[in-house]
Amino acid sequence: MDAIRTEGLTKHYRVGFWRPRPYVALEGLTLEVRQGEVFGFLGPNGAGKTTTLKLLMQLIYPTSGHAEILGRPVGDAAVRRRVGYLPENPSFYDYLTAEELLEYVGALFGYGPSARRARAARLLDEVGIGAERRLHLRKFSKGMLQRVGIAQALVNDPEVIVFDEPMSGLDPLGRREIRELVLRLRDRGCTVFFSSHVLADAEALCSRVAIVAGGRLAAVGQLADLVAFQVRGWELVVAGLGPEAVERAKGAGLVMRATAVGDGRYALELPLSVAPERALAELTTGGARLVSLNPLRETLEDFFVRQVGAAPRDRGLD
Amino acid sequence: MRVIGHVAVNVFKESVRDRVLYNLVAFAALLIGASYLIGQLTAGQDVKIIKDLGLAAIATFGLLIAVFIGIGLVWNEVERRSIYSLLSKPIRRYEFILGKYAGLALTLLVNVAIMTAAFYAVLAYLATQFPGSGAVDPGLLRAVALIVLELLLVTAIALFFSTFSSPFLSAALTFGLWVIGHFNADLRNFEAVVQSPAAARLARGLYYVLPNFAAFDIKTQAVQALPVPGSYLVATALYGVVYIALLLAGAVMVFARRDFK
Ligand SMILES: Nc1ncnc2c1ncn2[C@@H]1O[C@H](COP(=O)(O)OP(=O)(O)OP(=O)(O)O)[C@@H](O)[C@H]1O
Ligand SMILES: [Mg+2]
Repeated sequence: MDAIRTEGLTKHYRVGFWRPRPYVALEGLTLEVRQGEVFGFLGPNGAGKTTTLKLLMQLIYPTSGHAEILGRPVGDAAVRRRVGYLPENPSFYDYLTAEELLEYVGALFGYGPSARRARAARLLDEVGIGAERRLHLRKFSKGMLQRVGIAQALVNDPEVIVFDEPMSGLDPLGRREIRELVLRLRDRGCTVFFSSHVLADAEALCSRVAIVAGGRLAAVGQLADLVAFQVRGWELVVAGLGPEAVERAKGAGLVMRATAVGDGRYALELPLSVAPERALAELTTGGARLVSLNPLRETLEDFFVRQVGAAPRDRGLD
Repeated sequence: MRVIGHVAVNVFKESVRDRVLYNLVAFAALLIGASYLIGQLTAGQDVKIIKDLGLAAIATFGLLIAVFIGIGLVWNEVERRSIYSLLSKPIRRYEFILGKYAGLALTLLVNVAIMTAAFYAVLAYLATQFPGSGAVDPGLLRAVALIVLELLLVTAIALFFSTFSSPFLSAALTFGLWVIGHFNADLRNFEAVVQSPAAARLARGLYYVLPNFAAFDIKTQAVQALPVPGSYLVATALYGVVYIALLLAGAVMVFARRDFK
């Protein structure tokens, strides 16, 4: 049984007042997230990520298609006992404190007063909300609200966790803490399905990713399969080289691209066809000194840019 | 059921923290000030003015609470996006609506109870000033009971509108219905004054469909100590409950279909 399964999930919005026309927010998304996976759901702005996650929480109803969580249709209220959801840019009741909010959520799950107090305290510790937990949420900063949002998603020790941009609004420290939290959740056996723009997060956390663009699935798979991680050339940084020497090396086909990086240094990109030893030998005879030599690999970002660039753009509007 | 209770308590908490209960202070001040004046002016032959004033004040303050909280109950939750995380919990949409309604009903009940207690405290004071005036009349409670029912109906109307329209529009529609509902009986007699049978039928149709708020108003009878048959109270209560149930069913149906985008 998959943690999350969607089949031809489609959402059209009607836009335009006089002559409403369907606008494709999501089209035919078929996706499986296995149990225990950390799964990254990537895509540019407006790709349909939030739409998908809202469909999974049944905050919106699909135009067509079907979605399941833990083998049950998403409409099943019982399955929500086993799910945690962080909405995009979360916002809660201004008049409650962080503590009270989590206790309220605990009450909705049917925990008794002492159990919900204990859970609230533990989770607020876990997401790094200290004494501020006694402040009303209207006084919370964006990042603090984001942390509270993560905490409220975890009150019921969910088996399946759906995060909409968990890192949004967090400072570098917070990002690292949430990364570690996600890994801890994975180690406890949770499935984490999260949307993000931050590819570094996906690279650090995910076993698999999907890329959506223009409301359609552009790619899905193991990170290692999508991004070959193969060496696609070398980056050579040298010092003590004149601009003419650089031009000559370019002319000879040794160097694809040269970027001056200051202090008379150049970062030179070598094609895969040129052995770095050979290029280095040629350049050092011209007086260059080696600063560093690194392999260039395809990153998730390269792949992402390629996929998104190739995605069809027709969404129903002219 | 348990979930509905938690949602209701949260609504109550919100209204307390939004300082809704402050209106009680205004109510008490109004009542005490007025009774003081009456005590000075009319040498006690008319405790009835205080009774009139007290009941009218309970109805009016209650109406304001019912409308101004009711219109925001669902709308604010959607606008502030707190609904997203809430509905991802094991809570069904109808439980959300019923919980919101129960919470506001609880707020109203507490408010009316406190106002009524203050009202009777003032009456008890007047009874010591003017012995034999029959100031502390338990019969007034019948009027209060129907006021409560009326407020519960107003709340259901406001909540119903709030599931699909903005607070401003909801407030306008709710107040509109409230005003029409108080002149509802005139619609029934419309056929006496219009020529067209179609207009008369329309008026009669509206009479049956629109809430008949006038039915809940027995303030005059209570103050004048006129008899109100028990059967009337029961029938009115039944009418109110059925109307409220239909409105809540409508609100649940609208809300259950909504996309939260
Ligand atoms: N209520 C709505 N009415 C019309 N179109 C909508 C509505 N909500 C979303 N859309 C459209 O659906 C598309 C997908 O939106 P969605 O919020 O899912 O994007 P996203 O991938 O989450 O983007 P981001 O990275 O910016 O959060 C967008 O093009 C958006 O314009
Ligand atoms: Mg989004």
